[in-house]
Amino acid sequence: MAKILMKGNEAIGEGAVRAGCRYFFGYPITPQSELPHYLAKRMPEVGGLYLQAESEVASINMVFGAAGAGARVMTSSSGPGISLMQEGISYLAGAELPCVIVNMIRGGPGLGNIAPAQSDYFQATKGGGHGDYRLIVLAPASVQEIIDLMQDAFDLSDKYRNPVMLMGDGVLGQMMEPVEIGAERKAELPEKPWAATGRLKGKEKKLINSLYIVPENCEAHNLKLDKKYSGIKEAEQRWEEYRTEGAEMVLVAFGTSARICKSVVDICREEGLPVGLLRPITLWPFPEKGINGLIESVKSFLTVEMNMGQMIEDVKLSANGKKPVFFYGRAGGMIPVARDIYNEVKKILNGGAA
Amino acid sequence: MYEGILIAGFGGQGVLSTGQLLAYSGMVEGRHVAWIPSYGPEMRGGTANCGVTIADNPISSPVVSEPTVLITMNRPSLEKFEKVVVPGGIIFVNSSLVNIKAARSDVRAFYIPANDMAEEIGSGKVANNIILGALIELTGVVSTGAVEKSLYEVLPPHRHNMIPVNLKALEAGAGLAREQKGTLAEVG
Amino acid sequence: MKKVFQRPKSLKDMPFHYCPGCTHGIAHRLVAEVIDELDIFEKTIAVAPVGCSVFCYEYFDCDAYQASHGRAPAVATGIKRVLSDRVVFTYQGDGDLAAIGTGEIVHAAARGENFTVIFINNAVYAMTGGQMAPTSLLGQKTTTTPFGRDHKLNGSPVRMSEMLSVLDGTAYAARVSLHNPANVTRARKAIKKAFEVQVAGLGFSMVEVLSACPTNWGLPPLKALKWLEDNMLVYYPLGEFKRPAEVI
Ligand SMILES: Cc1ncc(C[n+]2csc(CCOP(=O)(O)OP(=O)(O)O)c2C)c(N)n1
Ligand code: SF4
Repeated sequence: MAKILMKGNEAIGEGAVRAGCRYFFGYPITPQSELPHYLAKRMPEVGGLYLQAESEVASINMVFGAAGAGARVMTSSSGPGISLMQEGISYLAGAELPCVIVNMIRGGPGLGNIAPAQSDYFQATKGGGHGDYRLIVLAPASVQEIIDLMQDAFDLSDKYRNPVMLMGDGVLGQMMEPVEIGAERKAELPEKPWAATGRLKGKEKKLINSLYIVPENCEAHNLKLDKKYSGIKEAEQRWEEYRTEGAEMVLVAFGTSARICKSVVDICREEGLPVGLLRPITLWPFPEKGINGLIESVKSFLTVEMNMGQMIEDVKLSANGKKPVFFYGRAGGMIPVARDIYNEVKKILNGGAA
Repeated sequence: MYEGILIAGFGGQGVLSTGQLLAYSGMVEGRHVAWIPSYGPEMRGGTANCGVTIADNPISSPVVSEPTVLITMNRPSLEKFEKVVVPGGIIFVNSSLVNIKAARSDVRAFYIPANDMAEEIGSGKVANNIILGALIELTGVVSTGAVEKSLYEVLPPHRHNMIPVNLKALEAGAGLAREQKGTLAEVG
Repeated sequence: MKKVFQRPKSLKDMPFHYCPGCTHGIAHRLVAEVIDELDIFEKTIAVAPVGCSVFCYEYFDCDAYQASHGRAPAVATGIKRVLSDRVVFTYQGDGDLAAIGTGEIVHAAARGENFTVIFINNAVYAMTGGQMAPTSLLGQKTTTTPFGRDHKLNGSPVRMSEMLSVLDGTAYAARVSLHNPANVTRARKAIKKAFEVQVAGLGFSMVEVLSACPTNWGLPPLKALKWLEDNMLVYYPLGEFKRPAEVI
């Protein structure tokens, strides 16, 4: 199938449609606007619904309703809007409802700006909302991978009855790249016997709920969730390794910063410097298996992020003190420059960094 | 091969679609390509620009912060972006609308009266493609054949009647570049 | 020589970032003129929204707050409850006030919060790229209503001034327009009244200002004013929907 040029934001929309998503609820925000614009046209073509909500608080609760009714459903936003959704996300996780939430991260905190950033890593992977819950968090690094991961995002959310977040940024959303979208096939949607769709023909009562008023019951619910999360942690860690064979230093980066780190690795290798890249594709569960696989052979890790150091905590936890973990980051919507990362690599290899 | 091309002008001058055409042509040639616009409220006030990367290797950041080629369709763009071009890079200046010269001496500057030439050809709308023609002639970043093929893809069918004049524009730009290449003292 | 046009003192001497033909700038000037005329500059506090007018905190030279999207009335409530002798106003767009911030505006009015709201209705979300606003007209094409706003899908446009005027806490609610000089003069009068209502401590006051967004309407400036007159005035009647006897 021929390649076409596609914008990242539009690829999210097309990927969702091809994954069988037929419901989108959202509220405008930059830098993800092309996604709602795309779906406002595309959803009617496939008999789906695009509905603009009056706020992100409303969007996420519309998602709650549609997910409880058994639909493949999604919403999308950026930092400020995702913050407003946190209550709803906690409810979705508590009620074990599948859905996909897209965050095209922008510079923060507060209103910040609309430039690309990765500063919502903590919010996505460590909670964000209240209570003891986890999101599955996917981080594509190209427009092609966005399309591919949208399918996985919906499948994972249904498989585990858990919200999945796809995290990109302004660069991934705005850029156009060649993609192969493949032939449209009929999405296979799993049965959802738990959905509360009415007691037609005397069906047993279903309840979509996150209230467990008796502490013993709420604890049991938490234990059940924890078991599910452990299973996800065991089965779903994903990462890409790039030129890690024989590497003494491994860069760890996701999304846009991973693209840049790849070119840094190439520059280093050309100069004979033994440097590789580990690119987490799942941010939760964090690919600690990937780190563990390298821990004996490498001398150090350098985490590169578009924030002031968030994922580095997971890299450190995974390295568990066995090897030093360094950090390089740009914040507030700035994109790291390959040359600067390269200089940082050299500094560390020369034993210069503290 | 690596070219990072920054195209800048007023909104409405078609700089975004010209960039897309170029990226599409690179894709047709089997290269790695990326296109990215400036976006958001920085667009208020009516300027637009986009970066196009065409390369043999996978593209790291699609943001073209150090262009090898700069196309400026208006004066503010030249003033704003001239300084970020890599030494030895190329600047195309739409001299129909820009009445100043590039100040740098370590880059090659080509002055192309794109709007005037486009009017001569018969459509003011193809000014960008005049410069595109010159760019292709000078850098060989894509072939004219690839652009022609891409025009069929990026233009909606009811506008395919515009393809001949677009091709004429490419050729006119290429012709001018050939002339200028001969006479222009290599700077830097 | 008498100066006929002068920058109001309450506006900083700097160029607006608004597009050519945008009437946000006129609204700013009117508010600033009223602040000057009532001589309340020193005690005035502005609350800026999220929207194209987000940077109005730069333009109004008074103290200012930048609120999160839709929450300006709540922020203003907090300010005014602490500083009851100050003059507080919010400046909000239609997405900010009539969508994400509906709850805040309704309850600020219901509580009779004694501040003034300048509500810019331009029938779109302008800053984010021309999406449908709650005030977009039926049939209006926007980037999220590519086939035109359909009442079956999106309901009908919201008339905020009429809505808020039925609340007891609302002391003053008026709708004005900026499509021609005569109406700009009327708009100024209404804004002045709203501030007077606040200064007199009579309760919540709001002026809804019909405003042009040439950029997202896809029209040149003059045509945009004409579009406003021909389309928005039909759905959004001008006038005062509530006013207290004391002031007028
Ligand atoms: C929580 C949150 N959601 C979304 C946004 C993105 N956003 C910025 S401005 C805006 C709408 C502005 O529209 P309006 O209030 O009508 O003002 P205008 O730009 O038309 O003047 C939106 C949705 C945001 N900043 N915060
Ligand atoms: S986009 Fe519209 S509302 Fe915003 S500054 Fe431009 S004309 Fe004004």
